Amino acid sequence: MSSVPRFWRSLGSRYNLEGTRCKECGEYYYPPRNFCVNCRRIGHIEPYKFKGTGEIISYTIIHTAAEGFEDQTPYTLAIIQLDEGPRLTSQVICDPDKIHIGMRVRSVFRKLGEDGEGGMIYYGTKFAPEDS
Amino acid sequence: MRDVAIIGVKNTKFGELWGKSLRDIVVEAGAGALEDAGIGGKEIDSLYVGNMSGGRFIDQEHIGALIADYSGLSKNLHVPATRVEAACASGGLALRQAIMAVASGYNDIVIAAGAEKMTDVGSEEASSALAAAADREWEGMAGATFPGIYAMIARLHMHRYGTTSEQLAEVAVKNHKNGSLNPIAQYKNRITVDDVLNSIMVADPLHIFDCSPITDGASALVLAPADIAHKYTDTPIYIRATAQASDTIALHDRRDITTLDATVVAAKRAYSMAKLKPEDIDLVEVHDCFTIAEICAIEDLGFAEKGKGGIVTANGETAIGGRIPVNTSGGLKACGHPVGATGIKQAVEIVTQLRGEAGKRQVEGAEYGMTHNVGGSGATAVVHIFSRER
Repeated sequence: MSSVPRFWRSLGSRYNLEGTRCKECGEYYYPPRNFCVNCRRIGHIEPYKFKGTGEIISYTIIHTAAEGFEDQTPYTLAIIQLDEGPRLTSQVICDPDKIHIGMRVRSVFRKLGEDGEGGMIYYGTKFAPEDS
Repeated sequence: MRDVAIIGVKNTKFGELWGKSLRDIVVEAGAGALEDAGIGGKEIDSLYVGNMSGGRFIDQEHIGALIADYSGLSKNLHVPATRVEAACASGGLALRQAIMAVASGYNDIVIAAGAEKMTDVGSEEASSALAAAADREWEGMAGATFPGIYAMIARLHMHRYGTTSEQLAEVAVKNHKNGSLNPIAQYKNRITVDDVLNSIMVADPLHIFDCSPITDGASALVLAPADIAHKYTDTPIYIRATAQASDTIALHDRRDITTLDATVVAAKRAYSMAKLKPEDIDLVEVHDCFTIAEICAIEDLGFAEKGKGGIVTANGETAIGGRIPVNTSGGLKACGHPVGATGIKQAVEIVTQLRGEAGKRQVEGAEYGMTHNVGGSGATAVVHIFSRER
């Protein structure tokens, strides 16, 4: 699934929804960017912790899993727009029959996947219905 | 800039070519294209080869040199060979590099090839290699697969425009019908809408018959300056436009999830360069890695109003004999999708059609053809326009 350093260096973002914001234009970035795509060289990027609430833009229910997610099928995957603006791709923990476009969701801390038996277990952010 | 023509083409058979290696199929395609052009190795000035992931699929990098070597172009001739990578748009981009080499005057005779050997690894490993064309850290690590990413495009397209699973299935039905007329296609069996809807669900709403398969194959083209093309062939096909555009690597960062802006921009650039409009194009090979991708492509290229791609397909407007035949070759769905080769294969089909040599799948009186090759979920798009007359 991934190397340990590759996962570890983005722990803040994966565990706590830490992204960035450009002080110049006010754009929020998640995943974090060090370079504002609007302002480019004149941008001033600073850290920002997202509130973790948002809305489902689109979704799918995955039946044929990605590597490392075989035990989880069927699982829901969605594009979520955070209330601050940026969108991200995440799993949503809910009844697959109930998921819908426009559904309000909030971030939760969960196990993401693992590198086979005895391998690293990855934790991070998933989303759940806001009212659950 | 000089005008550029295609003077030779060749596809290998596409499919599970377990008895052949990457180098076997590339040499077969390259030699076939040279034979088609009536050209020998000494005349070749350079070679560009599209290959997405030799390192993952066959554990081999340095593909440019490998191919030059096994084509007999390196030991005595020392022909420069460059591998080009843009995920599933690698082939289209290799063609674009080759065109620029000839157009600029740096080179005269150039080979543009594409190849991928995907079945030397298991399907899980192949899927994992393909997933690297999306954003591995922020899509892949969340559990995204490629069908999953395109499924989210499909879901929103259905939600917003009323596109149905049956309309998506019609893309696969048409492309299998066209593929049944193409000797190189991986799948020559015709299928029905029910076959698609009853096939297993991969990523809701996409069934397995909504997805292009894992395939081995290679394709090659020989390019020459238009001024000397008639020296080699009676039927040179001219390149009227080459255009490329990029977009965000992750689908979630797109302006509009249901529109591939890279395609829209590349098409706009291509139409402008060729001084043509969508109505002028007689046939198009689009990147149908999933059925929804063809729906989006015909909308983004200007062949259907936004949101109407499904209806246009179900009406038969994109069939051979329809208003704008799409994927006469069978597309990625029926031909198979050897990722690095696809962009070149699309051009081989258009050249074959414009030469009038496409047999039972011939589009009568075709003058202008287009190819559209996409990398990932739309982070790269490459569009070419070809013509029969200069």
